[in-house]
Amino acid sequence: MILVIGIGNPDRGDDAAGLAVARKIRDAMKPGEVTVRELVGDQLALLDEWTGAAEVYVVDAVCSGGKPGTVYKFDAADQLTERFRHRGTHTFSLADVIELARALGRLPRHLAGFGIEGASFKIGDGMSPQAQAAVDEVTSVLLADLKAGV
Amino acid sequence: MTHGSRHISVPALARVEGEGGLEIIVSDGQVTETRLDIYEPPRFFEALLRGRQYTEPPDITARICGICPVAYQMSACQAIEDACGAQVTGEIRALRRLIYCGEWIESHALHVYLLHAPDFLGYDSGIHLARDHPAIVARGLSIKKAGNRLMEVVGGRSVHPVNVKVGGFYRAPTANELKQLVPQLEQARQDAEDTVTWVAGFDFPAFDRDYEFVSLRHPDQYPITEGSIASTSGLDITPAEYDKHFEEFQVPHSTALHSVLDGRTYLTGPMARYALNSRRLPASVRSVAHQAGLTATCTNPFKSIVVRAVELLFACDEALRLIGQYRPPDPPAIDVRPITATGYGCTEAPRGMLYHRYAITDDGTITDAKIVPPTSQNQRAIEADLRDFAAPRLAMDHETLTRECEQAVRNHDPCISCAAHFLDLRLADKTDKAVRLT
Repeated sequence: MILVIGIGNPDRGDDAAGLAVARKIRDAMKPGEVTVRELVGDQLALLDEWTGAAEVYVVDAVCSGGKPGTVYKFDAADQLTERFRHRGTHTFSLADVIELARALGRLPRHLAGFGIEGASFKIGDGMSPQAQAAVDEVTSVLLADLKAGV
Repeated sequence: MTHGSRHISVPALARVEGEGGLEIIVSDGQVTETRLDIYEPPRFFEALLRGRQYTEPPDITARICGICPVAYQMSACQAIEDACGAQVTGEIRALRRLIYCGEWIESHALHVYLLHAPDFLGYDSGIHLARDHPAIVARGLSIKKAGNRLMEVVGGRSVHPVNVKVGGFYRAPTANELKQLVPQLEQARQDAEDTVTWVAGFDFPAFDRDYEFVSLRHPDQYPITEGSIASTSGLDITPAEYDKHFEEFQVPHSTALHSVLDGRTYLTGPMARYALNSRRLPASVRSVAHQAGLTATCTNPFKSIVVRAVELLFACDEALRLIGQYRPPDPPAIDVRPITATGYGCTEAPRGMLYHRYAITDDGTITDAKIVPPTSQNQRAIEADLRDFAAPRLAMDHETLTRECEQAVRNHDPCISCAAHFLDLRLADKTDKAVRLT
């Protein structure tokens, strides 16, 4: 199974970027070609979401101080950079969940994805033009990868 | 490094700078002030709710928190139904308690295993703990998954359940669907009992506090979905009387409102629930609690992990009891018609009491909304903890003090989604001014 997971919070500006990519991928692919999920909230749910999937792509927003709209590509075969790492009192970052999965032997055979540098994560805001452009860019690249593999 | 010149920072805690933090002000080697500065999404949601239909709060407020959406849904439903003069009873009431058990299991397992236990065992995070003790972390995740499954089956999905509505549920699960959860919940119950034993063996700093505990209290059940609002100082009121006793006000250092009970600092959450209701726990759960060293009241916040584990056991136990007695409600929801009125709702989120108030008109329009999450209510108690905890420990090295202060905050399981999306800890000497350290 090929799985695409968009992560984010639809109410927090550019935090919705991963969800936006997931929706665009769902609209662009034929039913059955790829499974698309949107994950809001607890990112630890990724551990269950990707169970049984051999090939997984994850798209998340990042806030690492880079230029808004910048796209970062990752492959979980390597440890993720600090850009994908944040900590709150409850949230686990994408990098944390991947490392937890690695420690527990629960990583998919192939896990890769993209981070989109956000401009604003203010609650109630829509996505910035920079993030929207990055959403289009990531969607285009990911679709090409997916269609090549279908 | 001297006390006067040092700063403590936890840069990795902040994903977005400026949204929240914890600041400890030191003057002449004494802690003079602690400031928990948190950002508060509920204010945004209160504004968003005005003008919407009375049926919408369960879905809209569930988006406030990815960890405790059911709490928001349940307090919202209860408040709207109260305004409309409707009362949910019988099987629907039991099903609400069941889905809430799922949330307690999920949230408590997450906090105990991946957020709090690493502090006691000398690990930087749950990931580091998992590298050395994968079987233990896997046990925690397995318990959490049992909670997730329960929420999926009753709520439609585990994050932001979609099956909850004012008056009840869109669809009641079949008895067979719930019965299939029993083996997983029985395993979770055993694992939760082992969890109590495990965490009771941790080393706890001697740090007992004189809290005024506040929680719901129910005549014959450990409180989750309903009850009067009680405190260890003798308060006993209905949710409708909340605003007469609890006051929220702005403080200069925080975007969030602070809350006091008749002018006093108070604490909600597992320790409060346990102190006011431990005798309402089933005898089997009480017995495990006593074996773990808990008496009727626990006043050391570091031992909240033991209380939380006891509640985890209770939630598994209660879920199994409710499934054993389950009869699908038919219809799955009662009819709730709007009238012009104000309604009040109060339930026990995993980390404490959650209050909702809505004013609606007879065409169903919401004209006013108030939401007070537990983390906002606990802010002052957390600040007081930090002040007294840090004061005798200022001679510690930076790293140790920072870690222990973080742990002191984590004792109360503050919810970043409800009240502080990102937390950043800083310690500054007054003479250096309060510098944000990242």
